[in-house]
Amino acid sequence: MLHPEPHPLEVTVLTRRFRLPNSASIEVYLATRGYEAFRKALALTPEQIIEEVKKSNLRGRGGAGFPTGLKWSFVPRGTARPKYVVANADEGEPGTCKDRLLMQYDPHALIEGMLIAGRAVEASAGYIYVRGEYRYLIEILDRAIEEARGRGFLGRNILGSGWDFDLHTHSGAGSYECGEESALLESLEGKRGVPRIRPPFPATAGLFGCPTVLNNVETFCAVPPILLEGGAAFAALGTPRNGGTRLFAISGHVRRPGVYELPMGFNLLRMIEEVAGGVREGRKLKAVIPGGSSCPVLRAEECDLAMDFDSVARAGSMLGSGGVIVMDETTCMVKAAARILRFYAHESCGFCTPCREGTAWLAKVLARLHEGGGRAEDIATVRETARNMLGRTFCPLGDAAAMPALSFVEKFREEFEAHLEGRPCPFEEVAAHA
Amino acid sequence: MPEAVRLTIDGRTVEVEPGTLVIEAARRVGIRIPSFCYYEGLSLAGACRMCLVEVEKAPKLQTACTLVAAPGMVVRTDTPQVAEARRAMVEFLLTNHPLDCPVCDKGGECELQDMAFAYGAAESRYAEAKYHVPERAFSPVVYYDRPRCILCYRCVRVCEEGMGVGALGVINRGGRSEIAPNRGDRLECDECGACIDICPVGALTSGMYRYRTRPWEMQHVGTICAHCSDGCKTTLGVYHNDIIRGNNRDRSGLNGEFLCLKGRYAADFVDHPERLRSPLARRDGRLAPVSWAEALALAAERIRRAVERGGPIGIIGSNHTTNEENYYLQKLARQGLGTRNLDHHRTGDVPALMAALGGRPGGEATLAELYTARAVLVAGSDLAQQHPLLSWQIRADWRHHQAHLYVVTRGPVREDRYALRSLRVSPGEELAGVISLAEELKREPQLVVVFGDAIQGGDVARLVEFGDSLNIPVKYVCLVDYSNSRGAADMGLLPDLGPGYQPLAEPGLSLAEMLAAEDLEVLWVVGANPLKDGRRAPPGAFVLVQDLFLTETAQAADLVLPAASAYEKTGTVTNVCGQVQRLRPAVSRSGVKTDLEIFGLLAHRLGLDLGPATPEAVLSEILATTPGYDLPLDLLAAGVSLQTRPVAGAAASRRGEVRSAGDTLFTSGTLGRYADILSRVEEAPGGLYRG
Repeated sequence: MLHPEPHPLEVTVLTRRFRLPNSASIEVYLATRGYEAFRKALALTPEQIIEEVKKSNLRGRGGAGFPTGLKWSFVPRGTARPKYVVANADEGEPGTCKDRLLMQYDPHALIEGMLIAGRAVEASAGYIYVRGEYRYLIEILDRAIEEARGRGFLGRNILGSGWDFDLHTHSGAGSYECGEESALLESLEGKRGVPRIRPPFPATAGLFGCPTVLNNVETFCAVPPILLEGGAAFAALGTPRNGGTRLFAISGHVRRPGVYELPMGFNLLRMIEEVAGGVREGRKLKAVIPGGSSCPVLRAEECDLAMDFDSVARAGSMLGSGGVIVMDETTCMVKAAARILRFYAHESCGFCTPCREGTAWLAKVLARLHEGGGRAEDIATVRETARNMLGRTFCPLGDAAAMPALSFVEKFREEFEAHLEGRPCPFEEVAAHA
Repeated sequence: MPEAVRLTIDGRTVEVEPGTLVIEAARRVGIRIPSFCYYEGLSLAGACRMCLVEVEKAPKLQTACTLVAAPGMVVRTDTPQVAEARRAMVEFLLTNHPLDCPVCDKGGECELQDMAFAYGAAESRYAEAKYHVPERAFSPVVYYDRPRCILCYRCVRVCEEGMGVGALGVINRGGRSEIAPNRGDRLECDECGACIDICPVGALTSGMYRYRTRPWEMQHVGTICAHCSDGCKTTLGVYHNDIIRGNNRDRSGLNGEFLCLKGRYAADFVDHPERLRSPLARRDGRLAPVSWAEALALAAERIRRAVERGGPIGIIGSNHTTNEENYYLQKLARQGLGTRNLDHHRTGDVPALMAALGGRPGGEATLAELYTARAVLVAGSDLAQQHPLLSWQIRADWRHHQAHLYVVTRGPVREDRYALRSLRVSPGEELAGVISLAEELKREPQLVVVFGDAIQGGDVARLVEFGDSLNIPVKYVCLVDYSNSRGAADMGLLPDLGPGYQPLAEPGLSLAEMLAAEDLEVLWVVGANPLKDGRRAPPGAFVLVQDLFLTETAQAADLVLPAASAYEKTGTVTNVCGQVQRLRPAVSRSGVKTDLEIFGLLAHRLGLDLGPATPEAVLSEILATTPGYDLPLDLLAAGVSLQTRPVAGAAASRRGEVRSAGDTLFTSGTLGRYADILSRVEEAPGGLYRG
């Protein structure tokens, strides 16, 4: 959700138009230096554009944190085949709701970012793959695309440059797996949403087998500011190797949940205490999932942490998609783990053995544990099942399920033990009186 | 030759050609990496995760089935981490898999069973209820049991890629994923059953075979399919003298893993209720059972009378009998009875091709060459319907080698989808259509031309002339219909040519001429049904018929002798590409005799000395005397398929003498009419082969 005013600690780069009236319109966009970055890019060579993006230290905002400029540089030059730009707007990671605000309040930023990417790799068309639940955003995006076409930013011979490029939206159909880039491409091609064998990677063989740049919505939205102010200026906003700002979606047991744009490397505890107003009702912080539900959980004492890709990785978790899920002392960690695994069991595409069977198994065992049917060996079974999945599944979805399972049971083992031998959940009572 | 890639697997150095997968590289040095979803020849899946291996410098285990060997790569398959991963995958696969192997149809030949034995996971840690959905019948011959399915997608891929049909897909997701027909709840497909054979577990089972016996209780008899001329090896599962199933799971024979529904299911004609089990003689206008002794005496007497009186005898041979039977029959006719009136239902003009090729080496393509040819031209045949193995081979050639395919047919065919050029022509314009492709064909490095009965007589010579004009190596396949149509021609069941297409001094009557003859004393029909279209037998002739069933011709006979089927005898047959293969008897049926036995007994009663009428003796004589058949006996006996050597033919058929029966996947001449399974699957709902 969007608060009426940005928090004073926020650095509004990508979100700077969010609170302007009619911010999604091309008039407002153009009045606030919209498409200036693209005009600038038209005067640059593809190499120069990619160089600027490299300088910005922009890393993929979808979760993996791969350097964007480097990714673009993998796209082969001068091939006879068409090339594509694809925006991943299948924002499906639980705890993550930033891309939808970008598309709702500033759709032209996404279009401009994709245009610049298209120019950088000499693509001829782009697709925005929007999760099915975001149907209302497709209308906003389609309107914005129409506006951009009307002003000559899309279509044939864009701004007299001789370059043709057009954009299309495409709706997902309710599958988390289609946020995985290769499954997204399969789905976009009209096929079953299961991942592809890689290599080859999309940069060389992506959509319809053609070279493709595929980035998250937020990543594309960061590109116009980079071209406008220079890569170095964007990089300086963050920490070394982690350029710019990040949209953090803070949810859970805080007083002021919401999406906040903060510099990379912002301290997690400060984020919770100062930006999100602290843990609700003066309760104590128990745990935080720092980057969406697939990331290993952190205990409260591990949360004094700079929120950039490298620092969170050193702490044993991941910055992921920037979905910060805060849990206070009343949270049952067994229940939380069971709920997360129920999600992954529901969303596993079922293509490979360990993910299909492992997620379902973990979900069932954790549910039973929470309901009081736990056996002492179940704790080891959860750990070993998760370990048997980790790094062995076809795509990262298996890891996304295994990592939380493993971290919950390892970091909060005492709570799992408290559920054994038919004892009721120690937290149900607390919750009932809350 | 590109430089070899050298890598190390478990400390052993392996050299492989660039592009080789690690799983294949390991096989070269005898290291078996387990897999379910990996299947040679199909696209890669990487789904089962059984083949995980350690690769130096890789942060996590890699799937050997998707990993391309790279120079200096160091792979380990024997570490505790790999063993642990394999054990874990078997455990995962077993979490929802019923552990009722003793009553599972696949028990004893199940890859999951083998894998659990080798790597597993004997005890389940899984306390939850297993996911269950009821079994479904996709068609009368294909059943699917989801709980047993391990979702390796072999079935989906073999149907889409191998068969070019794509009748199977995946529905639902996650643990609820299921294999399902792509068109609603029923299969619309060739009903070939490749999905059943390729299924590593008991998920896809055969409607003909399921729950009838256990694999280890059967004898497995590898023989040649009795139906079309492609010559697929089928391994018949025999239990208590009954054929329970056909399959080719060991991928032996020239068909590899391919079988169509005829080779897999359509052995049921053997025990059709209308199968003849006793000789029948016409008494008071009606056919009545008689003993073999009476029947043979009557036949010998009528034949002797005709020979003595000099009355013409006409003999019509079979498209299904063995080379030995055909050879012996022509010897009996020409040497024994002194008749030149010998023919069979000619379904393709092989004599014309032999004459046009003039004995040049390499003029005929083998089935293997259809898979390796750089370019293939199909003229006048719907291969997927009439020659499914040829269709499979060419499709594999296109998938694996990007072969160029040209099609010249009257109507749409499956090959259109991957053909470089498809031409539609009106009847009779096939050769003109082929010739119109000259400029494109000239640019091909080599070519195989597959042609049906639309090109016959003088057109075959013109076709070969055209091939020569392309200035590239061209080989030919002359399509014929049935399991030994080619052998009938090769053995000289022709009015003007003896064995090996050697010209006869004076030609006899052709099939049509025999039926039209006014003065025929005896018409002897062996395994053929020339009267099926309502034609009448020559008036006044004594009609002797050898067959499995009371066909229209047998109904018009004066004497019917019940014959053994191809699954009940030994001998050799020659397929559409001139490849000779050996039959092995799977079952025996009382009351019937092989055609060779019948010929021998009649020769004996007629006092003719034609040599022993045993398959072995006749084969030796064929190999020693028949041009083209000087083949090594030891290899033939060992079950190897050997292409006949080039022979120069001397004559072409006259236009009109050659006519394919135009069978489809679901028909097979007389045998097909008595193979109930073919009608059952064809009548199942589905529009693929309608209108």
